[in-house]
Amino acid sequence: MDIANAFALLSNFVLVPALAYGAQLALGALGVTIIFGILRFANFAHGEMMSFGAMAAILATWFLQSQGVSIAPLPTALLALPIGILAAIGMACVTDRFVFRFYRRKRSNPIVFAIVSVGVMFVMAGLIRIIIGPDDQSFADGARFLVTVREFKAATGLSQGIAIKQSQVITVVVALIVVAFLFWFLQRTRWGKAMRAYSDDEDLALLSGIDPEKVVLIAWIIAAALAAIAGTLYGLDKTYKPFIFLQILLPIFAATILGGIGQPVGAVLGGFIIAFSEVMVTYAFKRFLAFLGPDGWVPDGLVQLLSTDYKFAVSFVILVAVLLVRPTGIIRGKVI
Amino acid sequence: MTKKVALYYSLMGLVLIAVGFFQSWNVAFGILNLCLISAIMALGVNMQWGYAGLFNVGIMGFTALGALAAVLISMAPVQEAWEVAGGDLFLSLLSLAGTVVVIMLARRAVPPGLRPYVVVLLLIPGYFLTTHFFIPATERIEAIDPALTGYLGGLGLPVLLAWPVGGLVAAGAGWLIGKISLGLRADYLAIATLGISEIIIAIIKYEEWLSRGVKNVTGIPRPVPYEVDLVEADWFISFASSLGVSDTSEAAGVFVKICYALLFIAVLAIIMWLAERALQSPWGRMMRAIRDNRDAAAAMGKDVKARHLQVFVLGCAVCGVAGAMLATLDGQLTPTSYIPLRYTFLIWVMVILGGSGNNWGAVLGGFVIWFLWIQAEPLGSWVMNVVTAPMPEGSALADHLVAGSVYMRYLLMGAILLLVMRFAPKGLIPEK
Repeated sequence: MDIANAFALLSNFVLVPALAYGAQLALGALGVTIIFGILRFANFAHGEMMSFGAMAAILATWFLQSQGVSIAPLPTALLALPIGILAAIGMACVTDRFVFRFYRRKRSNPIVFAIVSVGVMFVMAGLIRIIIGPDDQSFADGARFLVTVREFKAATGLSQGIAIKQSQVITVVVALIVVAFLFWFLQRTRWGKAMRAYSDDEDLALLSGIDPEKVVLIAWIIAAALAAIAGTLYGLDKTYKPFIFLQILLPIFAATILGGIGQPVGAVLGGFIIAFSEVMVTYAFKRFLAFLGPDGWVPDGLVQLLSTDYKFAVSFVILVAVLLVRPTGIIRGKVI
Repeated sequence: MTKKVALYYSLMGLVLIAVGFFQSWNVAFGILNLCLISAIMALGVNMQWGYAGLFNVGIMGFTALGALAAVLISMAPVQEAWEVAGGDLFLSLLSLAGTVVVIMLARRAVPPGLRPYVVVLLLIPGYFLTTHFFIPATERIEAIDPALTGYLGGLGLPVLLAWPVGGLVAAGAGWLIGKISLGLRADYLAIATLGISEIIIAIIKYEEWLSRGVKNVTGIPRPVPYEVDLVEADWFISFASSLGVSDTSEAAGVFVKICYALLFIAVLAIIMWLAERALQSPWGRMMRAIRDNRDAAAAMGKDVKARHLQVFVLGCAVCGVAGAMLATLDGQLTPTSYIPLRYTFLIWVMVILGGSGNNWGAVLGGFVIWFLWIQAEPLGSWVMNVVTAPMPEGSALADHLVAGSVYMRYLLMGAILLLVMRFAPKGLIPEK
């Protein structure tokens, strides 16, 4: 029995990565859920929006790096993030003005919106691949680790170390700030309240004199900003690959539905649940159990429920379970 | 109305003939074959979207299942793999089936409140029992001559049989996913199908014992003659010379493609005939009634969910057939080539452009969009060359833009989808 080492091992391979991944998913799911709540459709272009924001941030990072600007030990990308956010907001406003507004005025079916968002996705995917190319891009600089395995071992005397990457801490901290700000905005400010009212009952909100166009505009701005932040953090933590953002749509949608559509708190909760399940189910618990069991005992096999190749399957299974058991999600969202 | 249809189709035919004259007949028939397959996929999606208003974003998964069926039906079985692992595979299958049966029985026996716990409690031993047989078996299979086989192989049956089987397999997957997500809000079906398609691709990619995974299966037997045999066959040489063709290897390529085209046209005609019959039958009218006003149809006593499930399964089956045909045409299964933009969303552009709800429109959309998808590449590089012409020689930006010109096709497809949705939402050939 060696509980301390077992916990250190688990933290290093499960808790810390899952926390960072959960924060990224939560930010993505928040954007999707806000569009769901206000515009009432599943935005398939959200992944590409994340990619677009991240791309703008990467280009700005490269520019800053070439100019010798640096905020070491923090990554330069943090300085470039506002550019990414602005680019994503600009993109969202343009698509809303030239694409979605028309269907909103016509009061089209949500499915029509979803199909149109596929068109937007195609255009954005094309733009991104023309501008930055289809390959991996690395743009992380600054210090890599906040705590290395060796430092941790020396400090605690344990045989298992915890490495904490700087990008993971940045992800969690930025996500905390953003989420806190978003909830403050939704709960306390006039426009936040207007948004919640609009999401709750469109007609009643109109009757109370809320300008729907403005609510929609704010919703796009928030969703795009969240997307750019999520995309950049994801790229900083792992690497930036344009094709990954179509795949990440699935866990993000799963998190949205799990939390309850149109429910910001649910989106955050859903993001972390999906991330933790994904990492735990695909983690091989062999060494963890060896620490917990009697001395010298090691389990046969890897004690891994699912190979990491199937991490999509985790979000999918959760999605299916939610659809079967509680289609409204954890916090009751909308179900039409 | 019918004049317009005839006009569009003859224009499309003329364009393909022009490709034959100006590029080459090999290219023209190559495009035609993929146009035909795309048209079948578009028909499948049109059944779901046009007849019933169901938004399926998992087309890629269903076509991949069809392609997998082509491998499992037509490739020669690997005897050695069956010998070393067949028994264990059978046992793992048996324990899986046993677990499912036990869970189903137990669910009936216990009060509803306890059901989830009982299911989880029974799942755990069932899982370990199944993997106990399964994992060693797959390891042994994958160890056999990994460079050549390393998988179970198929049944060694004629590949044409795989086409209907591919449809059946895809229909099974469609039934499962439809059962879960139909009847809830419409976007849920979209998201669930997105998920299932990613999982199907992951299975084909990583279950090497089944599909060789990323090592690809090549050399799927053909239903038509091989070019290398044709150029040596006396009858073909005399046939070619009677037509006045001197280059027999070129002629053989065209001949093979025409054979495929005839097969594909036959399949398309059968599916088209059935689809038109279905659409004009009372069943088709009922489907459209449900699509246009679900509540009214339900009030008339129509079982909306069951009808949706029916049409969803049919559409998936058609996509599966098309997938099997595609794998047959390619002669290989390459899991990494399955990407959603090409296999799911492109088909959507076809259906929307052609005219949702109209089978002739869907087929036309399949032809037009596939043609544009192929020709967008030279078009894109031409545009980029024009754009970059004034830039200085060897400028990095110019090189970058020319390299990115391949992706002009995404831009083009997105623009087509958005423009059609906005200005001609009924498509080229509107529903009657």
